[in-house]
Amino acid sequence: MKINVTVDGASYADDVEPRMLLVHYLRERLGKTGTVVGCDTSNCGACTVHLDGQSVKSCNVLAVQADGHDVTTIEGLAKDGQLHPVQAAFHECHALQCGFCTPGMIMQSIDLLNDNPHPSEAEVRAGLEGNLCRCTGYHNIVKAVQTAAGTGAPA
Amino acid sequence: MTVTEERPTAEVGKARRRKEDQRLITGRTKWTDNIQLTGMLHLAMVRSPFAHARITNVDVSAAKAAPNVVTVITGADVAEEQGGLPNAWPITPDQKAPVHPSIAVDRVAFAGEVVAVVVARTAAEARDAAELVDVDYEELPAALDLKESAEDRVLAHPDLGTNKSAFWQFDSANAGTGGNVEDAIAKARTDGIVIEREYRQQRLIPAFMEPRSVVVDPTGEQITMWSATQIPHILRFLLAAVLGTPESKIRVIAPDVGGGFGGKLQTTPEEFIAFMLARRLGKPVKYTETRSESLMSAHHGRDQWQKLTLAATKDGTVTGLKVDLLADLGAYVSLVGGGVPVLGAFMFNAIYKFPAYQFNCQTVLTNKTWTDAYRGAGRPEATFAIERLMDELADHLGVDPLAIREQNWIKHEEFPFTTVCGLEYDSGNYEAATAKAKEMFGYDDLRAEQKRRRDAKDPVQLGIGISTFTEMCGLAPSRVLGSLDYGAGGWEHASIRMLPTGKVEVVTGSSAHGQGHETAWSQIVADRLGVAFEDVEVLHGDTQVSPKGLDTYGSRSLVVGGEALVKAADKVIEKAKPIAAHLLEASADDIEFKDGRFGVKGTDKGLAIGEVALATFAAHNLPDGVEPSLDSDATYDPVNFSFPHGTHLCAVEIDTETGGVKMRKYVCVDDIGNIVNPLIVAGQVHGGLVQGIAQALWEEAVHDDGGTLVSASFVDYLVPTAADTISFDIEHTTSPSTTNSLGTKGVGEAGTIASTPAVVNAVVDALRPWGVHDVRMPCTPERVWKAIQGGGSAATEGAAAPHFDAQDTADRSAGAEGAGQ
Repeated sequence: MKINVTVDGASYADDVEPRMLLVHYLRERLGKTGTVVGCDTSNCGACTVHLDGQSVKSCNVLAVQADGHDVTTIEGLAKDGQLHPVQAAFHECHALQCGFCTPGMIMQSIDLLNDNPHPSEAEVRAGLEGNLCRCTGYHNIVKAVQTAAGTGAPA
Repeated sequence: MTVTEERPTAEVGKARRRKEDQRLITGRTKWTDNIQLTGMLHLAMVRSPFAHARITNVDVSAAKAAPNVVTVITGADVAEEQGGLPNAWPITPDQKAPVHPSIAVDRVAFAGEVVAVVVARTAAEARDAAELVDVDYEELPAALDLKESAEDRVLAHPDLGTNKSAFWQFDSANAGTGGNVEDAIAKARTDGIVIEREYRQQRLIPAFMEPRSVVVDPTGEQITMWSATQIPHILRFLLAAVLGTPESKIRVIAPDVGGGFGGKLQTTPEEFIAFMLARRLGKPVKYTETRSESLMSAHHGRDQWQKLTLAATKDGTVTGLKVDLLADLGAYVSLVGGGVPVLGAFMFNAIYKFPAYQFNCQTVLTNKTWTDAYRGAGRPEATFAIERLMDELADHLGVDPLAIREQNWIKHEEFPFTTVCGLEYDSGNYEAATAKAKEMFGYDDLRAEQKRRRDAKDPVQLGIGISTFTEMCGLAPSRVLGSLDYGAGGWEHASIRMLPTGKVEVVTGSSAHGQGHETAWSQIVADRLGVAFEDVEVLHGDTQVSPKGLDTYGSRSLVVGGEALVKAADKVIEKAKPIAAHLLEASADDIEFKDGRFGVKGTDKGLAIGEVALATFAAHNLPDGVEPSLDSDATYDPVNFSFPHGTHLCAVEIDTETGGVKMRKYVCVDDIGNIVNPLIVAGQVHGGLVQGIAQALWEEAVHDDGGTLVSASFVDYLVPTAADTISFDIEHTTSPSTTNSLGTKGVGEAGTIASTPAVVNAVVDALRPWGVHDVRMPCTPERVWKAIQGGGSAATEGAAAPHFDAQDTADRSAGAEGAGQ
């Protein structure tokens, strides 16, 4: 099936199998390998991207469903070499170790802050429930999201 | 040995933000699965659904005919070529170990074992075709329950004639390091206290976030393998040793690796299969596992029964400890598998002065996924056992559990202290860490609150849990490993290259996968050579760039690899001194090196190290007979383990009407010696804590009656989320290690080792008024609720998978006797 999709500001026209997942399209066809696959059951959230500005798990969306839509991945966040405030907060607060969950965690954090610019710790924790991290114990991720909130982070 | 005082400390100790982060937060990463090579083929594995079965026929015709399938390989096709996967640590000379084929040939020994491999042009086509491989199995009885398997009721490998792999003992009387434990127990039975308990260490899954992936490129003179591994150097050696390609023709690269926790401390069937197929086909191949494959077939951890006998005098002074372990190896004796419980053998005595000790361990083969290292590897099990027992002893005497610990622990003025296991603990101060933790925790106030809630019969009860742990880390002195029959040494390698522009390239043999080596190593070298943090580049994880190393595990990178770095840097300085003296027209004896500058004593003449590097590169004016290079390397073999310790205090609230456990507060004060980067240390502690807490409260690999893993996805294997956890209060006390020049101790595993007993002690503490002495891990609401309902006499639940009906989740690993007591 033919699709037209905008990813990180660039337009793409492609022919894809109807069963192809958005995450596979991003990784294998567009080389957007910043977005990763961590599970097969949409539990881990590592593949989280924004579809028209809302976070989605891209393993849970078919490439054809993105037809005519706008996708932002972790690779489209930094503008002109300037990190997005949430990216900067993750760095500042040491909110990543191996970094595999980080793209999804950052995309979800931005979405969370768009919905709730000044979340409490409990609200941050609830908002990130769909994203697994095995390294950080979440302590510094929560801190990073609150740090970003303090600086008026949401995009 | 220590030169700490002379060293400028501008960088070490600073909370530097990590150099690694930029690529990771912008998505410009190099995960193995990102690699695309021209003409690359993809593999899909056909795996056994049965725990134990004979393979009677494999029909690959339909799969071979599927679109874009290149070939399909069965075990029979590679039977001669594949050899057996290695076991690097045969713990006894007569250890029984079945041959471990990468692809099963005529029998499968666990559900998830590879029986055939499809090679196709795309990953999707390979997976589609894998569904078409038709395997006929004749199911065999499976050895699943650990205790039953230890009695050889059903054989996991009938040809071996037994499931018992090896029996390993340490006895302090035989070793001459302490008294006779049976005498101590006999005496305590007549006029002292004997505490006898049996604890279950449930089976866990490391569950690193990046699924394992391997790419092999056989083009050119070498065969290059990229793998999501913790151990590129060990992998290269073992690929050569098993598959016969000369080691010099193999290059292994561990690019960005998404977590390991011991789970990638392995040489896997999938790596060996990919290597063989690339070599056969002359084409690059890739294999990336799914999460279900990862949970099912990447190695598991823990899985022990622990029978413990503690002898003490009437006043609570411990006189002896006897440990009898059953350890489940799973279907094969894997890379370090049998050695994992042995790593715990020297830690059951922990921080205490026990006069007599005996450790017995029987390793057992079953038809489950093989077990191996998982964060802590042997030491969490030991720490859990002794810290639970100390609480039981305190309860028996009706005294505060901290008091009973202090009565038995090594006092700070007694260091260095040789333990009943013969290990020399170089430094520590348990009193200081405990005092600080108590204050931060508000220990007395929380005890008062606990009493109020008990008196008021509040439905929400408070439990306070303690863990005063130590561990041995920094694996390891090679001589010690040799004496334990481990197949390799424990040294680490580093080299430093002084570039003519003043930049410094550091090559380390320890291969990081999230630990932040690039940052911490830069800090160490910046201080040592007096160069800017930004001017240091750290290279690792590629055997062509870093030809020598023993990789990352066992909290070894800093204490062993960091010391190699220090020694290499010192060699650079020594090589530069005669050159600097020559250039400065001074005697080498008058040259002193400080803050990156070679100065002439008593003058203001001097040269920066970068200037000496440039002059050495030009080589126009060097002293006669001096080689034009400052580059240096060092291989460091540690003289001892390092022994971090700490006091962890945990408060939980238990809803006695539902059995729900809520973390209220967690405080830990860890003494890990000198700290290179407090930010990285905090991250290691936080993450370690949550993995240990997860063992206590949530995680368990559960098999059904047929030996199928039912917790084979993240729906059912309960890796905690942000919503399950809390923020932690962490602090440190500092007793520098005296056995390495940076004074550091390991921290990678500390949180995981310490936190599990702290949490379970808190849960049991809350339930003491009901006569409860144990709740088996994970302490699910169901188990807690049933413990309350049943009082001290009731068994806690065997299975912990609330998503399934009871008949689907009978925990075969639980043993015929049911619960702990």
